[in-house]
Amino acid sequence: MNIAEQDVNPKSNQLTVIKDATCTFCGCVCDDMELTVENNRITKAKNACVLGKAWFFHHGIQDRPNATIEGKPVSYEEAFDAAVEILLNATYPITYGLSDSTSEAQRVAVAITDWIGGTIDTTTSVCHGPSGIAFQSVGEVTCSLGEIKNRADFIIFWGGNPAESHPRHFTKYSLMPKGEFIPNGRKDRTVVLIDVRKTKSVKAADIFLQIKPRSDFELAWALRGLAKGIDIDSSIEQKIGISLATLRDMMDRMKEAKFGVILFGMGLTMTRGKHLNSEAVLALARDMNQYTRWCAKPMRGHGNVTGADNVVSWTTGFPFGVNLNRGYPRFNPGEFTTSDVLARGEADAALIIASDPMSNFSQPAREHLKTIKSIVLDPKLTDTAKHATVAFTTSTYGINTGGTVYRMDDVPIPLRPAFESPYKGDYEILKAIENRIRGKQLASMMD
Amino acid sequence: MALFRISGGTVYDPRNNIDGEIRDLWMDNGRIVERPTDPNCRADKTLDATGTVVMPGGIDMHCHIAGPKVNAARKMMPDEKRTAQPITRTRLTRSGSGGSVPSTFATGYLYAGLGYTTAFDAAIPPLAARHVHEELEDTPIIDKGFYVLMGNNHYVMKQLQANQTEHLTTYVSWLLNATKGFAAKLVNPGGVEVWKSGGKNATGIDDSVDHFDVSPRQIIAGVAQAVMDLALPHPVHIHCNNLGLPGNWMTTLETMKALEGRSGHLTHIQFHSYGGDPDQQHTFCSKVPELVEYFNTHENLTVDVGQVMFDKTTSMTADGPLGYFLHKVTGRKWFSADTEMESGCGIVPITYKDSSMVHALQWAIGLEWYLLAKDPWRIAMSTDHPNGGSFLAYPEIIALLMDRTRRKEVLNRVPASVKQRCTLEQLDREYTLNEIAIITRAAPARILGLEHKGHLGIGADADVTIYNPHSDRQKMFELPRYVICRGEVIVDDGDIIKDVTGKLLHVAPAYDKTIVPDIQSWFEKYYTIQFRNYPVDLNPLHEYQEIPTK
Repeated sequence: MNIAEQDVNPKSNQLTVIKDATCTFCGCVCDDMELTVENNRITKAKNACVLGKAWFFHHGIQDRPNATIEGKPVSYEEAFDAAVEILLNATYPITYGLSDSTSEAQRVAVAITDWIGGTIDTTTSVCHGPSGIAFQSVGEVTCSLGEIKNRADFIIFWGGNPAESHPRHFTKYSLMPKGEFIPNGRKDRTVVLIDVRKTKSVKAADIFLQIKPRSDFELAWALRGLAKGIDIDSSIEQKIGISLATLRDMMDRMKEAKFGVILFGMGLTMTRGKHLNSEAVLALARDMNQYTRWCAKPMRGHGNVTGADNVVSWTTGFPFGVNLNRGYPRFNPGEFTTSDVLARGEADAALIIASDPMSNFSQPAREHLKTIKSIVLDPKLTDTAKHATVAFTTSTYGINTGGTVYRMDDVPIPLRPAFESPYKGDYEILKAIENRIRGKQLASMMD
Repeated sequence: MALFRISGGTVYDPRNNIDGEIRDLWMDNGRIVERPTDPNCRADKTLDATGTVVMPGGIDMHCHIAGPKVNAARKMMPDEKRTAQPITRTRLTRSGSGGSVPSTFATGYLYAGLGYTTAFDAAIPPLAARHVHEELEDTPIIDKGFYVLMGNNHYVMKQLQANQTEHLTTYVSWLLNATKGFAAKLVNPGGVEVWKSGGKNATGIDDSVDHFDVSPRQIIAGVAQAVMDLALPHPVHIHCNNLGLPGNWMTTLETMKALEGRSGHLTHIQFHSYGGDPDQQHTFCSKVPELVEYFNTHENLTVDVGQVMFDKTTSMTADGPLGYFLHKVTGRKWFSADTEMESGCGIVPITYKDSSMVHALQWAIGLEWYLLAKDPWRIAMSTDHPNGGSFLAYPEIIALLMDRTRRKEVLNRVPASVKQRCTLEQLDREYTLNEIAIITRAAPARILGLEHKGHLGIGADADVTIYNPHSDRQKMFELPRYVICRGEVIVDDGDIIKDVTGKLLHVAPAYDKTIVPDIQSWFEKYYTIQFRNYPVDLNPLHEYQEIPTK
């Protein structure tokens, strides 16, 4: 386990302050939290945004059983045995979730799935999965968030509302900070927001391009054409709802920038066009490097969804939607992504870690999930946990357990837990399950 | 541990002047030990190696196997995995994917299967050190470590600009301690910063780097000196400016001279030995003889080759502008990632074809280096995996070096003008098994300063590779009969029979703690993570070994 040095004895009931703690709520993964802990509760979270405060204040210790089988409290041992029984007897088990867990736990989840020949998938498949697919076809020209802070004089937010989804992105990384080559901070930057609706982020932008819904691809493609000096047909104005004169002006400014960046959200990846939209925006940022420096970056949502992509990639070679049933990894989004596997009624068991598909998957997927045996690890009694065959109450990563998380720009950050939970963390539970599976497999092979 | 004896093999152990002698090896507790003096003492286990060739485990001193760059390449290249041989899960081992950028478990198994027991990733941005440690822990069997990118680091350049050599030396040491890295690496020194700040590149080692008013030459000399002052086991590891450009041999020669006698390792030297005019492809030619002449007479220099082989592969580098250059040349997909204060990165798929004059000449230039360098102790085998080709191509390279007819066969099928552009056709030298053992084991261990590796003397790590002799050297080296790590048989005729993790090799030089506050105040101004969250502690690492300073 990768646990940073601890400031305090986490067992102590006295008031303690944890400095340089990390908020794992969103992909910003701010690691400058100063948490005040009183009687196993976080009572102050200095530097946290509104989302971070909600995260820290609402993860106290709940009075729930360590584990349940069919809703009845059981010991850890009984629950481990039941989980192993389910996983070893399944013919098409799926492992899903992972984006709100440490990379150490994610690695064990992949190991279990490998040993049992299951399918491993993460919440990436329902958020920036299309960006991952676009990445495979055109690549990506990107940078760490500090490069934006230190160099970016032109920033485009596209299909996202960071003011509400990533509240500290503006102040810590992109708009406000003074950087090495951006001495005056916000004054040195031009900020554009592209979206189909007026959100709270509009106030932060210098230029707001309100485009018609389902026209992101056309906008990106038109900008690519303008960059190359190609005449764009005026019908584009009708299609996207922006005048060509505005687009030309925008492109001129983009070329004049020293360092530009496009930060794109799910408004791009989960609307008509999906991976083609991501591909168009990645290609636009790439093309702009003929004139000056440009980068692009998806605004990742969950605290360690970027870690999940990384772990699944280094262990299997593919970022999500990986089937291991033939004894080696195969990748096919749509075939091996969880929402699809469930909706088609294929999986016969599920291991779900720190995720709540029962509250956000399609009706057919939810209906099927209810009919199969499932093992659910979650700090909260989610809809998914309520339907679990075996449910584990877990401690919360970053608050009770240490480990590593990856920020949206792939920067790995250690966790400094604030207080001890009576519940085991994902890593311990998954490791116990893996050890039992391995014990049984090796014993049966010896026979 | 049990006393283990390998009996009757023909041993090649160049470091101990053993060139093909029939000998027994004794091992205990993971180390080579003396033959027991008591004549009645019997080994707990004996492996009859009669008729086989016995060498120390192979050492890859320059490859790309872990970290953000390698992992981005894995994500970007699903296409090649469709046709690559997959690595299937066994009773003991994990599954994985192959191709030019295998997954972590596959990487460990493939290296071990090839008889390699140690490998070093050559280019890690310090900010990603924590990530690298996670991947290396998931890279089984081999011992491993990594080099820390410093050639475009803002603190390094600021200290050079201000002539603060003590601050620079302290920082190099602090950074190696913070990352648990093994060596200091320069990649296109200064040039990557020029790319990051405006999309251009340094054109020579006396260019001035934007914003910092230092030259690549100052960075090369400054970091080389800091590494020597710290007495690190491995000298500064340099990827020169202008990689891949015709005419770059002058930059390479200037880099050698810029060291001014200090120790330095020039990596993937093949990519830096080109003559001709960058704008006129027909002038492209080899300048290996000119560079080797300087190299042969300057003992402070070592190189690894970065051999190009004809195959599909993935180019990956911390040299950001090089990635852009390759993207423009090939028109293929491109990944680039700039890391704040530290580094860049470029990834582009590439196919080396024997029908291409340029690619065939690159292939020939690599071989010229092996064959013209007089002292095999100062040259190490590498493909700069996966840049010139996969590490899986090493047996083929060995066969080319040991058999001039084989080289000529290739020379006769590639574009005819290659023969006029290099000296390869005139080179009749054939490597001996002993020389192969030097460039794949003993020399990389010596260049890295690893006293306990690359040989089979008393106290060495009991990492041993046993080959069945075969007249086709490629076949012989592709499938070792046994591979032994830390005194245990791990690979038996291609099967992994025991899965172990291997250990991390790192350095921990002492440094002046009074300079840390200066580093901290610089860090806190520009980085986006907390200073205290930057260093990687030892306690979370898997088994590790500190390699002492000289």
